[in-house]
Amino acid sequence: MNILTLSATELSAAIRRGDVSVRQALDAVLQRIDEREQELHCYITILPREELYAEADRLQQAIDAGELSGPLAGVPAAIKDNLCTEGIRTTCASKILYNYVPTFSSTAALRLREAGVLVIGKTNMDEFAMGSTTETSAFGVTKNPRDPSRVPGGSSGGSAAAVAAGECFLALGSDTGGSIRQPASYCGVVGIKPTYGTVSRYGLVAYGSSLDQIGPLAHTVRDAATVLEAISAHDPKDATSIAREDTDFTQALTADVKGLRIGIPRDYFGEGLDPEVADAVRAAAKVLEAQGATVEEFDLSLVKYAIPTYYTIADAEASSNLERFDGVKYGYRAPEAEGLHQMYKRTRSEGFGPEVKRRIMLGSFVLSSGYYDAYYLKALRVKALIKKAFDEAFARYDLILGPVAPTTAPELGSSLSDPIKMYLGDIYTISVNLAGLPGISIPVGTDSKGLPIGMQLIADCFQEKKMIRAAYTYEQAAGMER
Amino acid sequence: MGKNAISDETIEYVGILSKLELSDEEKEQAKKDMESMLDYIDQLGELDTDGVEPMSHIFQTGNVWREDVVTNTDEHGRTLANAPQEKDDMFVVPKTFE
Amino acid sequence: MREYELVIGLEVHVELATKTKIFCGCSTAFGAKPNAHTCPVCTGMPGSLPVLNKQVLEYAIAVGLATNCDITRYSKFDRKNYFYPDNPQNYQISQLYLPICRNGYVEIPGEDGETKRVGIHEIHMEEDAGKLVHDEWEDASLVDYNRSGVPLIEIVSEPDMRSAKEVIAYLEKLRLLIQYLGASDCKLQEGSMRADVNLSVREKGAQTFGTRTEMKNLNSFRAIEHAIQGESERQIDLLAQGGKVVQETRRWDDDRMESYAMRSKEDAQDYRYFPDPDLPPLTVPQEMIDRIRAAQPEFREERRERYRREYGIPDYDIEILTDNRKLADLFEETTKLCGEPKKVSNWLMGETQRLLKEKGMDPEDLVFSPQHLAALIGLTESRQINSSVAKEVFEVMFAEDVDPERYVEEKGLKTVQDDGALAQAVEAAIAANPQSVADYKAGKVKALGFLTGQVMKATKGKADPAAINAMLREALQ
Repeated sequence: MNILTLSATELSAAIRRGDVSVRQALDAVLQRIDEREQELHCYITILPREELYAEADRLQQAIDAGELSGPLAGVPAAIKDNLCTEGIRTTCASKILYNYVPTFSSTAALRLREAGVLVIGKTNMDEFAMGSTTETSAFGVTKNPRDPSRVPGGSSGGSAAAVAAGECFLALGSDTGGSIRQPASYCGVVGIKPTYGTVSRYGLVAYGSSLDQIGPLAHTVRDAATVLEAISAHDPKDATSIAREDTDFTQALTADVKGLRIGIPRDYFGEGLDPEVADAVRAAAKVLEAQGATVEEFDLSLVKYAIPTYYTIADAEASSNLERFDGVKYGYRAPEAEGLHQMYKRTRSEGFGPEVKRRIMLGSFVLSSGYYDAYYLKALRVKALIKKAFDEAFARYDLILGPVAPTTAPELGSSLSDPIKMYLGDIYTISVNLAGLPGISIPVGTDSKGLPIGMQLIADCFQEKKMIRAAYTYEQAAGMER
Repeated sequence: MGKNAISDETIEYVGILSKLELSDEEKEQAKKDMESMLDYIDQLGELDTDGVEPMSHIFQTGNVWREDVVTNTDEHGRTLANAPQEKDDMFVVPKTFE
Repeated sequence: MREYELVIGLEVHVELATKTKIFCGCSTAFGAKPNAHTCPVCTGMPGSLPVLNKQVLEYAIAVGLATNCDITRYSKFDRKNYFYPDNPQNYQISQLYLPICRNGYVEIPGEDGETKRVGIHEIHMEEDAGKLVHDEWEDASLVDYNRSGVPLIEIVSEPDMRSAKEVIAYLEKLRLLIQYLGASDCKLQEGSMRADVNLSVREKGAQTFGTRTEMKNLNSFRAIEHAIQGESERQIDLLAQGGKVVQETRRWDDDRMESYAMRSKEDAQDYRYFPDPDLPPLTVPQEMIDRIRAAQPEFREERRERYRREYGIPDYDIEILTDNRKLADLFEETTKLCGEPKKVSNWLMGETQRLLKEKGMDPEDLVFSPQHLAALIGLTESRQINSSVAKEVFEVMFAEDVDPERYVEEKGLKTVQDDGALAQAVEAAIAANPQSVADYKAGKVKALGFLTGQVMKATKGKADPAAINAMLREALQ
C-alpha cells in the first residue's frame, strides 16, 4: 500500500484497523520531506525526529488501547506558523518573532492534538499572514509542489504545499481574506474558511481580528470536514467565539444536491478572469446542475468595493494588533539602540518586512486624526452594505458559486512589485471574510499548463453543511476524490 | 497621477504613530504605495452610505463575559521566558524616566 | 487689572475592587512579587484574547446609577493606541465612542454655600497599565505587569468647577459614593483613585472657555490644590502678558511646586481609537440595571439622617463616622453588639483617628472587628480593666485585631479587684509619703493624685483609679 495516496481519514482508518502503524505513516511523510522539503520549503520548523517517533509511539499505544479512536487518530499533520504551539517556536514567518516559543497553545491546535493527530511541524506563510504568495516570509519562499517555478499561494502557502506534496496529510491554516482558499486552489487541495466565530481564535496571532478564521487544508472534502468538526467549538477564551450546536460537519457528507439553489455572480466572471479558470468553474457548476441543483447567474452588487474595504479594515486592525511587537516582552530587539523610542523604531523597522510595514503604515494612517471618518468608518459602512448584499443573495440561493482566484498560480517573483495588482487577486475571496461567511475551495481540474484550478462555494453564515454537501457531491460526481 | 499626494510630513507622522524608521528610499516608496492605495480606496466614495451604521462586528454575539474568579496562578517564569532582557523578574527596557 | 475665573473639569480614575483583572483571571491583589499576577493576556502575548470581567461592568453601572447617569444600553470597547512599555499591547482597551455611562451629575456644596451640581460627562471602563521601576545600576527601567489589566473606571466631569475647594468637594463626593458602593477603596495615596485636572482660565463673565491644559500625576488633595493654584497662576500670567495658553498635557511636580509640559516629538497624541474587534458589543440587560439599582446601598446622606434619629450622638461624630463607609459600618455593627453608641463613637473618633493619623493610614485599612471592639467596651464598662489598660489593648487590636478578652487574660491586665490587696497598697502609700498626706490635709487636693499614682504603680496599673481615689479619701478623713 502506498500510504501517501491515502486521504487523512483513510489513513486513520487503516491505522485503527492495524493495517498501517503510526510509525509507518510518519516514515512515509518523513521520506517525502527528505525528498522534497529542501526544494519546496513548506515548513519553518520541523520537529526533531526523535520527538516525532516518540509521539508516534505514544499515539500508537493510545490507539491500540482504544483510548484514541477518532477519525484523525495517528495522522501526520501540520500547523501554520501563526498558531501558537506551547514549547514549539512560533514565528509568523517574521524576523520579529524569530525566537518566540509560546507558553500556551492555540485552542485549535490543542483540539487537533486531542483528535490524535501527529504534529510534524509549523508551516511557512506570508509574514503575519500578509500576502497571497508566501513570498513575504522572512524564512524564504515556499514553492508550489505542482510546479516549483510557481508560488503556492498564500498566506497559508506552506500548509497548502505541505498537503499537496505529501509532507503531511492535513494542515491548519488561517484565512483573513482568502488565505486558506486561495493557496488550496493554487496547490490543488481542499480548504475551508468557516463562519466567523466557529473556530476559536485564541492563540492565533492576530492580523485582522474581525476577519481572521482558522480552517483546514486537506486532500478531500471528507478530510477537511472532519478536521473542521474536530477544531470547531465554543471557547470561553475567545469572546468572539460562538456556541454552535451544528458543528457535526461530517453529517453533511452526502452526495445529494437535489433542489439546492446555486447562484453564480456575473461579476465573478468579468474582466481579469483567466478564461481557462472560467471554463473549469462553469464546467464544475454544470456537474452540480446535473446532480439536481438549480444553477443560475445573478448580480451580486458591490463586488469591486470589497478589496478597498478589506484593506482599510484589515490594515487598520493590523496596525494595532502588531503594536505589541516592540522588543520588550519577546522576539527580536534591535541591539544598541539609544533610548526607548529608538529601540522601538529600530526593532520594528528591522524586524518587520516591507509588506507588513506597508500595511501598518496604511492602517495607522486610516485611523489617524482627521482620516478616521473618511476612511475607516466609511469602510465599516461599506462592509455593512456588502453584508446586506449577501443577505439578499442568500434569500434567493443556498450557495454562491465562483472561482477562488482569477488565475492559476503565478510564477515566483512576479507578484510583489505591484501591490494593488496582487490585492486584486483576492477579489473573489475577500468579501466572504468581510461578511463573516463560510467558503470552501475545491479542485475542479487543471489549466493547459497543468496547474490546479479551484472552485469556491460560499454559504450563508452557519450554513457550512450545505457548502460541504455540495462540495462533496461535486467531488464524488467528478471523480475528484483521492 | 492620482488624487492623493502624501507629503514628507505625513510619512514622518505615520512613522511616529507606527514606530517605524524608514530610509529616504523607503520613504519615497512608502509615499508612492500609500498614494496609490488611497486613490484606490477613494473608490468607496462612489457609494452613498448616508444613514448606514458602521459595522464594527459581524455578529452581535450576545453578552460575553466571565465571572470574577481568580483562575491564574503565579507563572512569572513563563511570562519572562521570552524576554529579550530581564532582571529581578522584570522586563528590562531602555530607561523611561528623565 | 482684569479678573479671571478658573474653569476646571476632572478625569478621575478609580481602581475597582474586583478579585480579578478586567480581561483575564489574574488576581488584582497587592504585594505580590513582580509579574507573579500575569498571564498571556495581561502581558500582551501574541494570540492572547481579552474576555470581560462581568463584575467590572456591574461596578461601573453601580457608580453610574449613583451619579445619576444614563446607562448606555449598547456599549463598546475601543482601543487607544500608544507605545509605552507599561502597556504590553501598546494599546489600552478603553471606551471612547460608546462609554457605559453618560450624562450624570453629583451635588456638592458650592462656594456660595448653595448646593451645586457638577455634571458627569461620562464614565467608561478601561484597563490599568503596569508599573515601571527605575534601575539605577543599569540606567534602565524595569517593567512589572502585575497591575496591567487591573480594572479602572474613568469618571469624566463637565468643566463645572470654579475653584480648588469645589474640586476637593467633588472628589470627596465621588470617594464617598464609590466607597459606600464597595466598588473601590478610593485611596488617593495608593493610587486607587487618581485625578487628572483639566484647567483653563477666562475673564470673568466671558461666555467661551479658554484653552485648557491637562495636569497629571496628582496623588493627594494637597497636590491637587497646589497644582490648581500653580497652573492657574501660570495661565493668568501668560494671558496678562499677552501670551497664549497651549493645549497640552503637563506633569505637576509637587516638590518643586511647578508643572512642566510632557510633550515629546516621539509622541503624537493621536490615539487612533477604534472599536476593539476582540470584544463584542455589550447589550446591557434591563434586568441587570434593575438588580444593581435595587442593591444600591444607603449612602452618606441617608445614614447621617438615620444616625441622628437612632443613636443620639453629636452631629460632629456623625460627620466623621459617615465620612467613610468602613468606619460607619464598624460603628453600626459594634453598637448593635454592645448597645453603647456614644462609647463606640468615642473609640472610633478618639483613639482610632489618633492611630490612623500617627500611622498615616486610611480608615479603609482598619483591621479590628466590631466583635472585638464591643468586647473591649464590655471590659471597660464592667470595670474589669481601667481606661489606660483599655487604650493599651486597643492599640494591639488596632494593629492585629486580637481578642481583647483573651489578651487581657493572658497578659494579666485585669483590674485588681481584691479589696484587701488594694487596702494594703493604700496603707503602704500613706505610710511611705507623709509629706503628701500632710499636703492633702492642708488642703492641697493635688497631693491625692500623687498618692493615687503611687498605688497604681504598686498594683502595676491594674487597679481602678476611681476605687483607689475613694479609698484614699476615706483613709485620710
